Amino acid sequence: MTPLAYILAAQAADPEVIDRIPSGFSAFVLPFTIGVAFMFSWIGVGLIRLLAAIPKSDRIKFAKSLFIPKTALKNIKDLFCDCLFHTKIWQRKPLLGYMHSAIAFGWFMIIILGHIEVALFVPARLNVARGGLFYPIFYRYFVWMNPGHTTLRGAFFFFLMDFFLLYILSGIALAIFKRFRSIVLGMRHTTKPSLADRVALYSLWLIFPLRLLAESFTADLSGGSFLTVPVNHFWHFLFGDKLWFMPCWWAYSICLGLFFAAMPFSRYMHILTEVLWILLRNAGVEPHHPRKGVAEAEIYACSSCGLCLDACPMNVQKKNLKYSSVYFIRFLRRHNEKKINAIADKCLMCDKCHALCPVGVNAPSLRRAQRATVNNALPYDYSYLSTVGATATSASTLGRATASLRSAPPLASQSEAPVPPLTVPRVAWVAPAKVLPEATNKVLYFAGCMTHLTPRIIKSVEKVFKTAGVDYVFADRDGGICCGRPLMLAGKTEAAAAVIEANKKMIEESGCDTLVLSCPICYKIFKEEYHLEGIKVVHYTQFINDLIISGKLPVQETDRKLVYHDPCELGRGCGVYYEPRAALKRCGTLVKASKEYDESICCGGSLGSLTLDTKDRSKISEASLDSLLANDPQTIVTACPLCLKTFSEAVSNSKNRDINVTVKDFAEVVCP
Amino acid sequence: MVDFGFTLVPSSRINLDLFDKEKYEELVSMEPDVRICMACGSCTAVCTAGKFVHTSLREAMEDIFNAKTDNALESLRACQLCGKCAMVCPRGINTRHLIMSITKVYSKK
Repeated sequence: MTPLAYILAAQAADPEVIDRIPSGFSAFVLPFTIGVAFMFSWIGVGLIRLLAAIPKSDRIKFAKSLFIPKTALKNIKDLFCDCLFHTKIWQRKPLLGYMHSAIAFGWFMIIILGHIEVALFVPARLNVARGGLFYPIFYRYFVWMNPGHTTLRGAFFFFLMDFFLLYILSGIALAIFKRFRSIVLGMRHTTKPSLADRVALYSLWLIFPLRLLAESFTADLSGGSFLTVPVNHFWHFLFGDKLWFMPCWWAYSICLGLFFAAMPFSRYMHILTEVLWILLRNAGVEPHHPRKGVAEAEIYACSSCGLCLDACPMNVQKKNLKYSSVYFIRFLRRHNEKKINAIADKCLMCDKCHALCPVGVNAPSLRRAQRATVNNALPYDYSYLSTVGATATSASTLGRATASLRSAPPLASQSEAPVPPLTVPRVAWVAPAKVLPEATNKVLYFAGCMTHLTPRIIKSVEKVFKTAGVDYVFADRDGGICCGRPLMLAGKTEAAAAVIEANKKMIEESGCDTLVLSCPICYKIFKEEYHLEGIKVVHYTQFINDLIISGKLPVQETDRKLVYHDPCELGRGCGVYYEPRAALKRCGTLVKASKEYDESICCGGSLGSLTLDTKDRSKISEASLDSLLANDPQTIVTACPLCLKTFSEAVSNSKNRDINVTVKDFAEVVCP
Repeated sequence: MVDFGFTLVPSSRINLDLFDKEKYEELVSMEPDVRICMACGSCTAVCTAGKFVHTSLREAMEDIFNAKTDNALESLRACQLCGKCAMVCPRGINTRHLIMSITKVYSKK
């Protein structure tokens, strides 16, 4: 190998590349330069406004996160995987992943390699004052190859540039094809582009073919490789010796300029804002407002790709396409209040769009924030919650509800609480809290509102507890209060806080160390918002699975074919996928649904939606049921009272008379 | 004065001339399900908040038709939006949204 010093010396004498235009400028670069300057100033101003809008504590948190090694590593990994390689799309839809990464990674490499070439061969031109902004982009226009002085190094870069150009062109070809037949790439519905989207889209389609055209026209002067040189020969064959290449470079520059000028108003803004959003997301900074501060980075990070269209359970009906997250975010960008609210209220909050989003845009949480701007101010009066928490003291009232717990003496300290005359104390709800015998190592079972409407769940859960010999206390045997999650979902955040406080008091006073919940809606909020110190919050699927593993609960294996439905709040909401399946595998043959784990389809009964009516809900239930019945199971098992009820109704109302399937709760199957 | 423990009973007179049609139409446009309620009272029977204080969607609906909107709001202010009423409603009414819509429409004076 030739020593580096020798190469440099040789170059000084006989340069490989000749900077053919001394001024380093040609008028054709103007459209590109103006477009890109406009885009960068737009982004600069936006960035400053955004950082000014987030609270100071969040700003400090964000700045710190950039220097914490663990977060920094995750940042680097996410930036490469999400922005350049699009691994999340690859995993689900390989062809689509190829398309996206071809354009993103290919373009990135072309820009980087262009700069490396300039740095190696004409380093002076990297200076912004001497054309550093556009020179690396139009490098091939500004240079001549010195014939007879080409080196392997130069040829290597020519090859790489042509290779990545071809790579991008293949991606663009797929993208154009996708516009007409998206289903081939795995997308049933695609987003309807807005005007700015169209301008940017068509210029993006043209940029790379035009680049090929421009570079191939000059390939005999400025060099090329396996792609540009043969095309160049073809042009010579077609047009003769003298090629008139200026129009191609003008067209290329105009397309680039148009693209960058349209970028801030189009979906392609995500190319840059995605970076900011990933950094903010990894720093753990959360939006407090649906439109301002962090949320702004989030909504501009949406690439409008439309993967959420196919994900959304509402879209079994075409009329509901307009309520998808992608359009929600589009209208948020446009400040279209009326449409924003209509879309925000319709959503089932099943979180599937968030789970499948390649950029991790949390549209459901933005919707909740949007609902809060409207609904948080609605009047309510929960003063009764504070009184019910303290009333159940008079020993005589304890009797009925706590018959099973009678051995325990009521705590004396509570006796001074006055009994308000107008409220009927619901002793049962508060009583267990006061009468826990040893106050340690206790399991507290909280059924929640929904479970009380499906008493078969309570019955079977209690049966499990008795069979396994679990010493438990039933917190709301005679009815309790809501967990607060439905209020949260409806945007009544302050009201939810009042309910949470009342429940928290009850649980903390109970002295339990494990809280078992049979409703995923309760489970999610108990886990995330209650901050119960020293109390383990588990869903009953997890608790029962532990009982089975430790051998306390014997299970009988049957040959029934079971299918498990992942409730939204349990699966995507809390990440509990494994435990229920592990337990069910011991009870029968677990077959697959056509969509499961984080792709599971909401049952349609979700409390998340405010305005979706019964008819639309039943359509969703049908779709979800179809997915579950894909492998002819005999029993549908679910772990949510709402899903249980919805599916029971869906099965009995189903038009398909042939289906012979029972719907059962998890606990019923484990302990029949 | 000596307190004999007697008070005046508030008037229970129903004056249908006070029925605010505009507000009712606004409510209907927000939640069309309001028209299909058959006042069975299932919602009230299962109400979580109703176990502690007087809460009744059925009565609230009746109060709206009887032009006693303040009473309607009173009957719903303790609601925790838990959604049990929606689960039991035989007419499939979207009760949670109905309750929120009633509060929205009638709490602005």
